[in-house]
Amino acid sequence: MIPTVSTFLFYLFASVLVASALMVVLARNPVHSVLFLILAFFNAAGLFLLLGAEFVAFILIIVYVGAVAVLFLFVVMMLDIDFAELRKGAWKVWPVGLLVGAALVAQLVLTVWAWQSLPGAQGGILSPASHPAVSLNGLSNTHALGNVLYTDFVYPFQVAGLILLVAMIGAITLTLRVRHDVRRQNINNQITRRPEDAMVIKQVEKGAGAS
Amino acid sequence: MMPITLHHFLAVAAIVFTIGVFGIFLNRKNIIIILMSVELILLAVNINFVAFSAQLHDLTGQVFALFVLTVAAAEAAIGLAILVVYFRNRGSIAVDDINQMKG
Repeated sequence: MIPTVSTFLFYLFASVLVASALMVVLARNPVHSVLFLILAFFNAAGLFLLLGAEFVAFILIIVYVGAVAVLFLFVVMMLDIDFAELRKGAWKVWPVGLLVGAALVAQLVLTVWAWQSLPGAQGGILSPASHPAVSLNGLSNTHALGNVLYTDFVYPFQVAGLILLVAMIGAITLTLRVRHDVRRQNINNQITRRPEDAMVIKQVEKGAGAS
Repeated sequence: MMPITLHHFLAVAAIVFTIGVFGIFLNRKNIIIILMSVELILLAVNINFVAFSAQLHDLTGQVFALFVLTVAAAEAAIGLAILVVYFRNRGSIAVDDINQMKG
């Protein structure tokens, strides 16, 4: 890739990412916040592509845009919440937040700056063309990632699956609601029901009729 | 134009991280926006991981970014489930009202 093109793309993705992240925080309507969050994730995926991490980029789009953001959207739209009420008094803490944010940015910039001046920490030029070593031995990024993930990181991988299982069971049990005002099919009752429970055989005497 | 280095990516991640923390301060009553701010913070962490992975020619950073993604998805699911249950019980999600468990 021509360096100028990747430079231009970096600044494009980075600026849209920062702007949409700001809009997530500042938007009055939470639905707009979720949509800006989706935009931020798309631009972060663009940054990952510039870094040569295709698999993480597409997983970011699939998992975040496809699942998490849609989950947020559902919850925001289904809960009937007065958001104007929740925003009341937000402007009182604005200066404190700004102060904390400025302090945090200053600390992070100072950290990067101090680290930059260390010997051996000179940042190389980051573009996929300049370091094909990330796609190991001519393998694609996804292939190389799979090679490591299923060998060196197999136990963390299993634990990640376990975390997702626990989260799924937890979310289901938390939101499951047993309603008593509806009649549900109870298959166990239906199967264990025997003829003796359901009917009685009576011998009717001749001429007496059934009583 | 100067070429893109690791520091550019670190700067973007730092800015996004700070916006996330700032969002928690600004929307401290609205727990949905707080959850979204946490997602932004985790996204900034992921940008750092992947940038260092590309810089150091080591795939471990990308593997870790995947694990961060997993935990973030689980956290969002559980957080929203708790939120739905809380709203069903109380009819409100204001953070200030959540004080039933205080000793």
